[in-house]
Amino acid sequence: MRDAGGFTRRSLLLGAAALTASACDSSRPHAGFLGAMERFNLRFQRALFDPARLAPELPAEAATPPGAFPQYYISSTIPVAPAGWALQVGGMVARPQVLTLEELRLMPRTEYRIRHHCVEGWSAVASWHGVAVRELARRVGADPRAGYVEFRSFDEGYWSSWDAPSALHPQTILAYGMNGEPLIPAHGAPLRLYSGVKLGYKMVKYLTAVNFLPEPSGGYWEDRGYEWFAGV
Amino acid sequence: MPDFTHRRPQPWPIRLLHWANVPFLVIMAGSGLRILAAYPMMGPQGQPYAAYPFQGTPPPEWMQLGQWLAGGRHWHFAFAWLFVINGLAYGLYLALSGEWRRRLFLPRRDARNALGTLAYYLRLRRQPPPQELYNGLQRMAYTGTLLLALVVVLTGLVLYKPVQLGWLAALFGGYDPARLIHLGTLVLLALFTVGHVIMVALHPRSLGEMVTGGRPHA
Repeated sequence: MRDAGGFTRRSLLLGAAALTASACDSSRPHAGFLGAMERFNLRFQRALFDPARLAPELPAEAATPPGAFPQYYISSTIPVAPAGWALQVGGMVARPQVLTLEELRLMPRTEYRIRHHCVEGWSAVASWHGVAVRELARRVGADPRAGYVEFRSFDEGYWSSWDAPSALHPQTILAYGMNGEPLIPAHGAPLRLYSGVKLGYKMVKYLTAVNFLPEPSGGYWEDRGYEWFAGV
Repeated sequence: MPDFTHRRPQPWPIRLLHWANVPFLVIMAGSGLRILAAYPMMGPQGQPYAAYPFQGTPPPEWMQLGQWLAGGRHWHFAFAWLFVINGLAYGLYLALSGEWRRRLFLPRRDARNALGTLAYYLRLRRQPPPQELYNGLQRMAYTGTLLLALVVVLTGLVLYKPVQLGWLAALFGGYDPARLIHLGTLVLLALFTVGHVIMVALHPRSLGEMVTGGRPHA
């Protein structure tokens, strides 16, 4: 009996090790045990998310020194807006629209200085101004049943999709300015997404389209293995 | 007060939860260092902490788990919950079984014994002070690891949700201070582990007890 017990225990340990190896595949983090835990963490983050909780606004002294706020795009050079750029807004909306930068600037303006949290672990601080996505949703008559919002760009097709509560958070904006100045191409001009409630890779730059959708549509980094919800 | 004279030194829940920490800590440390490697600096962008001695130096590759940042993060946020559950189960067991009485460091009871044991190790004293299951120094070290585990979990939650858990972030001075404390706690836990393994090697009976449960010391 003793031997049988030892044999069982050994098989159990070997089995557990093999299971861990197959269930925790770093190159396929959406699958197996890691994927199951990601789905658990998705529910945890949704439950924790408070649509009324704001990221704290910071004083000017907290701002990242000039030039130190990282720039990021997936194109090999800084993406340049196509001539005649305008934002397309569609999906589950009553009034699909194409909005120029001028039209967006005429909408209610939101401005704040908050901390940016990158998936790599660094933080940085800048002030941003633009129009809240919730204002845009109101303008186009977004269907309340659209649980997701997709943001597309002209940066080699970079995109992301968000849960509607995060997208409609008062600090989630389509930013056309940074640190009191018009947005520059290195930071996503003419228009980029900014927010206090998501990691940096969710904040799509070089926007071309905003679509209100019934289902999430993944994202550039999300489809490559990064977490989809990515709240902070 | 429960009667410990007929109780095994290491009841099975203690042994189970103790050994579960070995894979959990290895996985959490390895995947955490993978995340650190993505930005091996401390302090916000453009304002690195002057006192941090390893600015820009990633941890050695062999210490990192998860192949790439997304893999490391998935490992980290998956096993963090198992580590937390393990810790909660341990705390609950200590409280309900009364085991906390012979394991936790109670300053008024154990401080003198801890000093006496330290004096013995430093050869300032010939005989160690009398002890039960653990001496005061052991109780201090083991209770210290529980506090470290608590801090590593709380700062981890700050890094995971710095906005939704803004009150917790404020408790640790903000996101970047919490990140430094999170790493510092890992270093202290690693130092404890080295000391722990050395002490076990010097007192092999304790290893047997943590495997089999041992016999009552009385």
